[in-house]
Order: sequence, then structure tokens, then C-alpha cells
Amino acid sequence: MAIPKICGIETEYGILIRGVAESNPISSSSMLINSYLSLLEGDRIGWDFEDEMPGNDARQDQRLLSVAPEVETHLVNAVLTNGARYYVDHAHPEFSAPECIDAAQALLYDRAGEEILLQSMAAAQRQMPDGQEIVVYKNNSDGKGNSYGCHENYLMDRATPFPSIVLHATTHFVTRQIFTGSGKVGTEMPGVRRDSVPFQLTQRADFFEEEVGLETTLKRPIINTRDEPHADPVKYRRLHVIAGDANMAEVATFLKLGSTAILLAMIEDEVLDDLPQLAHPVPAMHQVSQDLSLSEPLLLADGSSMTALEMQWLILEHAQNWAGSRGLSSVGEEVGEQILQRWEEVLNGLDQDPLSLASQVDWVAKYRLFQASMERHGLDWSSPRLAAMDLQYHDLRAGTSLSRRMGLERLTTDAQVALAITEPPPETRAYFRGRCLARFPEQVVAANWDSLVFDIGESALQRVPMLEPGKGTQEAVGALIDSSADAAELLQRLK
Amino acid sequence: MPERELKKKPEPQQRESEADLSPAVAESGTKIKAELDDLLDEIDEVLETNAEEFVKSYIQKGGQ
Repeated sequence: MAIPKICGIETEYGILIRGVAESNPISSSSMLINSYLSLLEGDRIGWDFEDEMPGNDARQDQRLLSVAPEVETHLVNAVLTNGARYYVDHAHPEFSAPECIDAAQALLYDRAGEEILLQSMAAAQRQMPDGQEIVVYKNNSDGKGNSYGCHENYLMDRATPFPSIVLHATTHFVTRQIFTGSGKVGTEMPGVRRDSVPFQLTQRADFFEEEVGLETTLKRPIINTRDEPHADPVKYRRLHVIAGDANMAEVATFLKLGSTAILLAMIEDEVLDDLPQLAHPVPAMHQVSQDLSLSEPLLLADGSSMTALEMQWLILEHAQNWAGSRGLSSVGEEVGEQILQRWEEVLNGLDQDPLSLASQVDWVAKYRLFQASMERHGLDWSSPRLAAMDLQYHDLRAGTSLSRRMGLERLTTDAQVALAITEPPPETRAYFRGRCLARFPEQVVAANWDSLVFDIGESALQRVPMLEPGKGTQEAVGALIDSSADAAELLQRLK
Repeated sequence: MPERELKKKPEPQQRESEADLSPAVAESGTKIKAELDDLLDEIDEVLETNAEEFVKSYIQKGGQ
């Protein structure tokens, strides 16, 4: 029986410092995040973003709302009261959303991450010299051969053999690109002329060179084998997915996570045995991304062929059958129904009129905008103007973001997103992490995905292990945390 | 568990003309431009003034 598909998204943002000849992305990322953390402390900088968080009393928030995690690093690294980790990874600011109970919630926290980056930019701006600005971009490529990731994580049953994950997840990761792609002008494949591909479906496909492997920064594999469950290693696996684009379209994010959660649950339930396998996954990854006609056949292991769209229809059909026979509890009953419905609608759209999906799928929105712009200004695909638009589509700032002007369909509300900036998901251990941090900021000395360390004034620090991602929920510990006067009382009552 | 109505992929629609066999998204720029005219006005206003310089300055090293 499939286990709950607890999931989450980690996003590395592109960062640009305007107004300087040369800049250091590491120190800029640090400054960006520190500016946000200072904002939470409420003393160095006036508390002025309460307007963006209706329902929250700013005074309640005027205390330390972040803490250093256990990992020692000279770079900025914080855990937030919504259960997220916000830090400098390599040379980028990264927001790792908290563990979420389903795809809809993971989308919500991804959006909260965008808002946190926006608030960080605004806070950093007040410390920058005139004429300088830090800007972040939620994309995956600089157009010059450098990529940075938007990774997904899914909780899986350790009992499921890894080879069957490799087999079926590969098929999905290659073919789901037709709705997860954020679109890109040109190609960045080594040795290939940039303009030999005018426009492709995804930001990331160019950077995948292996089928399976441990790497994430070079020779990137379609299936990443990093085995770091951040949970009980005997019971769980965390599938770390690096083969996806960062999406601006909420529908794309929702469907990327939702379809993958269902696919992985079906692998656990062993219902995919007859799913066809790709003969050559890596070339297929590139082929799908570059096929705007959505009609190129992919060679299968048995010698026959199918298009990516046909393979997605087949996976969806399996998913519908699976839902009928096994139920949707592992991905959330209601959310599971929404995923299946949306999946079918989007595949229908891709089948009949891809341009009809301009409010749901990023590459379509981008493609449509670029076509119109080329027509108006008499440009071709190699125009720097299009390359600039390609970047600016992923700008988060209201005044300059292109994607925010394109009428992308919303699945979240502003009020939900505002709440998710400070409040943790109620249904996972992220609740315990976030709520303890909010209630006992002086007594939480370190936090990590699978433990929390308290200083309650005794000689030894107290570590609370959190090896069960589904435990420590609001229902289980909410009242206990809230009614404890301090962390010492909480730990006593938890025993 | 109630019986679920299993939805199947609809049969591919009969293509009406030869032109429809072209790439799925090869709709003419003219038609899209007409639909997007107001949006294009707005976007032209907020777009980076020096596109070439902006694109050149956007370099991201050290990512996953």
C-alpha cells in the first residue's frame, strides 16, 4: 500500500546585482537573506510589512523568528517559523519549502517562498547604495550554459526496490516535460549552436547527460540517487528529483508535483509493470524538450515507438485505474481528484490546441508572448530582446515581472500565501519545527529536517528526534506546544 | 469505494485540412499578436531598456 506522498520543493534562485560592474553572488545572496532575517528581528529595521500579512499582529512577530540549523557553514543558513530552510547554496539564495502533505500544499509553500524572496529584495534595497539593486529570478538557466535547480522531494517506502523507481520515474520525467517545461529560447547543449534550437519546452533538459547518478551540478542524471532520507532510513526513502523546471504557472507546479506523487504511489503499489520503457532516456529528454509539434515518436525498449503525449495519456490511464482500485488517500482524496482532472484537461489541451493552455503551462505562455512580440517588432528568435524577455518572464517583482502580467491561473489566494510565509503546514512534522521556533525562539538552538535541539537551561542540550515526517502535526502537538509555558515544560509533557 | 467512471483519452479529432498537420503550436504570429496587443503595450513599457546589456550581465555560476 502506497505511503503518504509527503513532498516539497527547493528552489535555487538566479541572482543579479544591478548597477555594479562586478559582483559577488555569494555575498549578495547572504546579504539578501540576512536582510530578510533582520526584518524578522524587528529592531534593526522598522517593522513595515505587516500590511502584507493580514490577520497577523506584527507585535507577536517582533522576536527572533529564525534560528541557525545544525549544519555548520560560514554561509547564511536559517530555519523559518513556517518550517522552511532559507540559505545560501553554492552561489544562489535557496528556499527549501517545508514538508507538505500534498501537491496543493507544496504549491502554496512554493508561492510563499516567492513572497519571502520579494520581501528579502525589498529589505535588502534599503541597505544598498543608490543605483544598485539585488534582483532574483525564478528560472533555471542563464542562457550561457549555467544551470541551477528547482528540486522536488517525495517520501517513499524503503521497501520499494530502487530499480523499479528508476524504470518508471524515468518515463515520467522525460515525458512530463510537455507540461512542466518553463520554456527557453535557444539551446545550451555543449557543442551545439545556440540558435539551432529556436525555442524549446524546458529550461533544464539541455543539462541532463546521464540516466542515473549521484551528481547534481555536473553530468546531471535524470534519476538522482542521493540517499539522504532525513527520516527513519529503515522505513523511508526521499526521492530527490532534479529533472524539473521552476514554474511561474501555479497549474504547472501543481501538476508537476501531483502527477509525480501519483506516479510514485503507483510504483509503490506495483501497478505499472506494463508501462513501456524508453530505449534511450537521455536523448529522449532532449528530443521531447525540442519538439514543439509534440508529435515526434520516441523509441521504446521493445522497438516500438510512442510520443511523449501518448505516454502521458497512458500514465494517466493507469492513474485513473489505480485511483479506482486503490483509492487516493496517499496523495489526498480531494487533491488527488483535482490532480487527475487537471492532468486530463492539460493533456487534452496539448492534444487539441496547445495555445489554449497559455494560462496554465509556462512554455505555452512564453511561446505565445514571444510569437506576438516577434510579429510586432519584426524580430527573429535570435533577437536579444527575446532573450531578455525570457529572463524577465521569471522576474518576481510586480513592476517588472512578465509572467505576472500574463493572466496565469491562480490555485492559491493571496491570503493563503501570506499565512504560509509564517505558519507551518499543519499536517507534517514541519508543524512541530515551525511552531516550536515561533513559541520558544530563545530555547531552540538548532533545527534540522529530522531533529530539533533545545536549550532548557540544563547542562546538556535536549534533542528531539523527528524521524517520522508525518508526526508532530498540529492535531497531535498543537495544543501541547501552545499550552506549555516554556520548552522545558513542553519536553516534560512530550515524554 | 464507489465505482469510478474511467475517463479515456478521446479519439483524435479528424484533422480538417492539410495545414493542421503542421507543428501543434505553429499558429500564426499575426493572430496571437492581435489577441495580445494590449499586453504587448504593457510589456514593452516594463521591458529592460537595454536588452543586450541585460542579457550579457546575467551570468549564474555554481548551481545545482
